[in-house]
Amino acid sequence: MHALLSRVTGDAKHAPSAHSTLDVLWILYDRVLRVTPGTADDPARDRFLLSKGHGPAAYYAVLAAKGFIPAEWLDDMGGWDSPLGHHPDRLLIPGVEVGTGSLGHGLGLAVGTALGLRAQGHLDTRTFVLLGDAELDEGSNHEAIAYAAAIRLPITAIVIDNRSATHGWPGGIPARFPDWGVSVVGGRDHDEIERALRAVGDRPHLVVAAL
Amino acid sequence: MRQTFIDTTKELLDADPRTALVVADISAASFRDAQRRHPDRVFNVGIREQLMAGVGGGLALTGMRPYLHSYAPFLIDRAYEQIKLDLGHQDVGAVLVSIGGSYDAAAEGYTHQSPGDVALLDTLDGWTVHVPGHRDEVPAMLRDAARHDDRVYVRLSEQENSRAQPDGGGLRALRHGGPLVVAVGPMLDPVLEATRGLDVTVAYTNTPRPLDTGGLRSLMRAGELVVVEPYLKGTSAGLVSEALSGLPHRALHLGVGRAEVRRYGSMRDHARAHGLDPAGLRRSISEFLG
Repeated sequence: MHALLSRVTGDAKHAPSAHSTLDVLWILYDRVLRVTPGTADDPARDRFLLSKGHGPAAYYAVLAAKGFIPAEWLDDMGGWDSPLGHHPDRLLIPGVEVGTGSLGHGLGLAVGTALGLRAQGHLDTRTFVLLGDAELDEGSNHEAIAYAAAIRLPITAIVIDNRSATHGWPGGIPARFPDWGVSVVGGRDHDEIERALRAVGDRPHLVVAAL
Repeated sequence: MRQTFIDTTKELLDADPRTALVVADISAASFRDAQRRHPDRVFNVGIREQLMAGVGGGLALTGMRPYLHSYAPFLIDRAYEQIKLDLGHQDVGAVLVSIGGSYDAAAEGYTHQSPGDVALLDTLDGWTVHVPGHRDEVPAMLRDAARHDDRVYVRLSEQENSRAQPDGGGLRALRHGGPLVVAVGPMLDPVLEATRGLDVTVAYTNTPRPLDTGGLRSLMRAGELVVVEPYLKGTSAGLVSEALSGLPHRALHLGVGRAEVRRYGSMRDHARAHGLDPAGLRRSISEFLG
C-alpha cells in the first residue's frame, strides 16, 4: 500500500489529509464493502462516497490495490492525460461513486443514495460516506445529519478527526450528530475500525476515526 | 399551476415506480396522501434546500427520477452549488419545479423572489427550461420529464395567459406581420395586448431552453427583434445574439429589472414597475420600432 501511495504524484501537497484516510479506506475496501471491480456497476453493490474529495492519494492507492484502476495511473495525478485529479471525478474513475472536492456535499448525496436504494428494494446494501472534521464546518452537512437522524436512515458516516477544524468542535464530533449511534475508534487501529464499520442498526451510525 | 403540478406529480408517483418527490416543507401538506401511499419515494426533508438537492442527486445516482420542488429562490438561488455539483457534475438529472417566479410573492418581498433563476441555470450545461404560460401546458412537461434522465427546470407562476397554447416547445408564430416579438410563457397575453394594432409578428414559446434558434432565424422580419421574458431582463440576449450572428439585426430585450423594487403590493404592481404590463411593453416596443 505504501509503495502505491508513494507513486501518487502531487501527494506532498496534500500529505496530511491524504494519509489520514489511509487506514479507514483500506479496511473499508479490504474487509467491509461488498464491491469489487467486477461489481462496480451492480445496482446492489455497497456504496462508498468520499465526501472529503480533498487529498485523494490514499483513495487512489486503495482503488489501485483492489484492481479498480491500473497502478500506472498513480504516477501522473493531476496531469492532462490522467483520469486522477486532485479531487476525484466519478465519470473518469471506475469505482468512484461521486465526484467531490467542494466540501459538504457527500452526506446529502449519501442520504439520497440510501433512500434510492431502499426504494428499489436493495435493503441489504449499505451506504458509507467519509468526511473530514474540518469539513463539518460546512453547514450543508448539518441539514443531512439532522434529517438522517429524524428518519432513522441507517447510513454510516465516518469522520476522520485530526483536529483540523480551525475553531474546533467543542464537545467533540459526536456532539454534532444527535440521535446517531456513535463509535469512536483509533484511526490506525484496523480491528477497531472494522468492528465499528460492520455495526448495522436501525439508525444512522457515526464512526469517528481519531488521529 | 401549482395545483396542476401537485395533481400531475401524484399521478406520476402512482404510475411510475422510478419517480420520487423531494420537498422542503413548501407544498408538503398537499403531498401528504402521496407520502402515505409511497413512503419510500416521497420525502419532505424539512426546511433544508441544500439537502433537497443533494438527496435528488443521490436518488438519481441510484437510477430514480427525482422531482424537487420549492419557491424559486430557495430551490435555485440557495441551492445553486448543489445543483451545479450534486446534479451536473455527477452527470445525473432531476426535475426541478419552482413556484413564485420573479415576483408572484410581491408582498413577501425580495427574499421570496427569483428573477435570476433562469440566468443562474444558464451558467450550467444541459438544462431544459420550461416556463408554462398556462396551467394546461404543465402536465405534458412533467410527464415528458419522467421518461428520461436529463436536467429539467419547470418554472411555475401565478401569472397566466387566458388560453393554453398547444405545442409551445418551439417558437410558434401566433400573429404574422413585421418585426418579431418573442413572448416567453406568461408574457404572451401582455405582449398580445401591447402590440394590438402594431405591424409585428408575435411568437410564443414556453421552453426557452434550449432556445429554438432555427425558429428564431426563420421568424426574423426586417432585422428587428424584441424578446419579452418574465425573468431577468436580457437573460436570453447572449443566446439570441449567437443565434442571429451573421444576420444584421437590432434587438430589444425586456424583462425584470436588476434593481430591487423595494415595494410590496401585487404582482400586477411589480409588472408595472418593471415595464412588463401591456402599457409599459407598448411604450418600450413602440419606441424601439420607431
